[in-house]
Amino acid sequence: MIDLTIVWAVIIAFAVAAYVVMDGFDLGIGILFPRFRVGKERDAAMNSIAPVWDGNETWLVLGGGGLMAAFPLAYAVVLPALYAPLIAMLLGLVFRGVAFEFRWRDPAHRPFWDMAFCGGSLVATLAQGITLGALLQGITVEGRAYAGGWWEWLSPFSLLTGISLVIGYALLGASWLIWKTEGPLQADARRFARLLLPALLVVIGAVSAYTPFLEGQYFQRWFEWPGLIATVPMPILVLLAGFFLWRSLTNRRDWQPFVLTLALFGLSMVGLAISIWPDVIPGRVTIWEAAAPYRSQLFMLVGAVVIVPVILAYTAWAYWVFRGKVDEAGYH
Amino acid sequence: MFESFDALLLARMQFAFTVSFHFIFPAFSIGLASYLMVLEGLWLKTGQGVYANLFRYWLKIFAITFAMGVVSGIVMSYQFGTNWSVFSDKAGPVIGPLMAYEVLTAFFLEAGFLGVMLFGINKVGRKLHFAATCMVALGTFISAFWILSVNSWMQTPTGHEIAANGQFVPGETWLAIIFNPSFPYRLVHTVTAAYLTTAFVVGAVGAWHLLKDRTNLGARKMFSMAMWMAALATPVQVFFGDQHGLNTLEHQPAKVMAMEGHYDSHPNGAPLILIGIPNSKEKRVDYALEIPKGSSLILKHDPDAPLAGLDTVPDEDEPPVGIVFWSFRIMVGLGLAMLGIGLWSLLARARGRLYDWRWLHRAALLMGPSGFVAVIAGWVTTEVGRQPWTVYGLLRTANSAAPLDAPAVAVSLLAFIVVYFFTFGAGALYILKLMGKPPAPHESAEPAAGPVRTAGITPAAAIEGTRE
Repeated sequence: MIDLTIVWAVIIAFAVAAYVVMDGFDLGIGILFPRFRVGKERDAAMNSIAPVWDGNETWLVLGGGGLMAAFPLAYAVVLPALYAPLIAMLLGLVFRGVAFEFRWRDPAHRPFWDMAFCGGSLVATLAQGITLGALLQGITVEGRAYAGGWWEWLSPFSLLTGISLVIGYALLGASWLIWKTEGPLQADARRFARLLLPALLVVIGAVSAYTPFLEGQYFQRWFEWPGLIATVPMPILVLLAGFFLWRSLTNRRDWQPFVLTLALFGLSMVGLAISIWPDVIPGRVTIWEAAAPYRSQLFMLVGAVVIVPVILAYTAWAYWVFRGKVDEAGYH
Repeated sequence: MFESFDALLLARMQFAFTVSFHFIFPAFSIGLASYLMVLEGLWLKTGQGVYANLFRYWLKIFAITFAMGVVSGIVMSYQFGTNWSVFSDKAGPVIGPLMAYEVLTAFFLEAGFLGVMLFGINKVGRKLHFAATCMVALGTFISAFWILSVNSWMQTPTGHEIAANGQFVPGETWLAIIFNPSFPYRLVHTVTAAYLTTAFVVGAVGAWHLLKDRTNLGARKMFSMAMWMAALATPVQVFFGDQHGLNTLEHQPAKVMAMEGHYDSHPNGAPLILIGIPNSKEKRVDYALEIPKGSSLILKHDPDAPLAGLDTVPDEDEPPVGIVFWSFRIMVGLGLAMLGIGLWSLLARARGRLYDWRWLHRAALLMGPSGFVAVIAGWVTTEVGRQPWTVYGLLRTANSAAPLDAPAVAVSLLAFIVVYFFTFGAGALYILKLMGKPPAPHESAEPAAGPVRTAGITPAAAIEGTRE
């Protein structure tokens, strides 16, 4: 018999990963936005994501809603623990989301909404990275509730993960623009990517070196058998992906940087999974302790198995409709 | 003790604020999505340019409304956890899956096809574009279906069991949870309310432009369509509202007692209090203007039927009467005013003066925001009326909140208030600016001035059909 708790852990992880990848490049473009020249460049950067950002953001709702449905205890403990960064993220997403419409509606205040677009993206990304760090370093749980303080999430490590995610999303955004645009904007994106890639490799290294010393169990997983199988090749794979990504920034295959940045994100996620599995609140609560009852899991699974492939299909279609380069002149 | 009460009150204020603000947008976009679907369908069917123009005119407004609905909606999906974590832990196994279905079947559908709806007409062709519009409209309805099922389960919980760890868990069949007793009534009442809200907004915009130029074809068309909706849907809504009230009387009698202002039981027929000032200290309604036996007649269809009052409910289980009493009257009063506009428009239409009666246009303009006010008042009635419970009769509001610090909730509440008033205030201004322009014979094709216009697509080409 299949353990539905594991199935749901995989589905939630998939939703979070889908969110990070898809909204990651939207937020990254937001972070880089003030660096693009006012006018056609900014318009083209915005237009490259305008038709898809809303669908991308929906994966965040699935991650949150799915966590409540499949692991209600984890939802009930983690969200109060991360109160401040989550509220900051939500407010950041408000500014980011409305800016898509407002900047076109109010040319007189366009510079302001452009800053709101950037500021909102930056705050949301920082908050997401801090959330990850706060979860990894461990939160105080008593009984079925969060028992830590109001500032527990704040630490050098969580700030490091916050900054790392900002760099990561910015690189994802830059490589998306390399793929989707041409001309001076694309050249700018290449230039930013060449600065961001080394920075990202440094912070990935720093987070990876820091993590095993946060919790005894992380250390065991990475430095004892069978975790060693992953520990040895992981840095090599990251460096290889980084190397090919660096090379792809100078060639003419414009889709390559984006795919290779995704590979870097994928490797980082695998690393996280090795550290965390099988906990839903790292070091505190396992997926089985937090799981919803079998009937809830089964009812949702029927829907997820049928609907998620349909969602992926029409999402792919929407991307296909808007395929190709978006130059400064807009869609053709 | 005092500290935790403060945090609880602040958390309730925060939820009330964020959910009220949020609901303004779906109340409009559910109706507007369907209106856009009808406009585009009529355009496809008749080929008349006026429908295409109206479609483009309202699509721009829809884009802004939808964006604000999305960003304020994401806040809601996290509020459950940040401020109401005990409730989420306990009710998660029952309501969580329903909300997950909302995301899977509604949010993705809306968001996935919205891009094509807003920017894709010259890429996919008219028929496929119409299909995308239909998917967005369908998504808004499916969303209402699930979230109202969740809310209704919290009002009239059925189909669950209570586990050893205190969680509500699903029973034998999910149908008993989804189709709980108040759900069908709440669904129909709320969705009709959304259609009416949109109809009165569209009607007001049409009226505004008719007042300035009664020959404007687009203004005439939208005003006529909105007035049909007002005339036909308002009586239906009054009927549904009555049915919903009877359902509430059966399952949440204390809420109806508060709505009616019945502090005391009336064994020989209860009066209908039209207006008055509820005085909860003295447990009576001061300066009441009432119709003897009217309430029994409406609620029991028998003037002499006995009706129990709040004296039969323990004090700690009573909802706050004043708020419920007033919000209910605001909703009903606006509903009757809407009915009046609908009938007035029928008369004008019968006389062939629909586009000429200036006072009808002025009244319709005044009634533009009435739907929003009525919808919020209705929600206040039902949500405050079910206090002091989150899961009715089973889980108290006071026992649902997260372990929170009052300063944390206060700061975040303040932040929400500032950010919402600022961003959504700006959004409302932009929408009003768009509404202030009359629908032009060649409405530009794009919702946002950027993506399409800069491509140099002339409105004429878009009207003739798809550029291949």
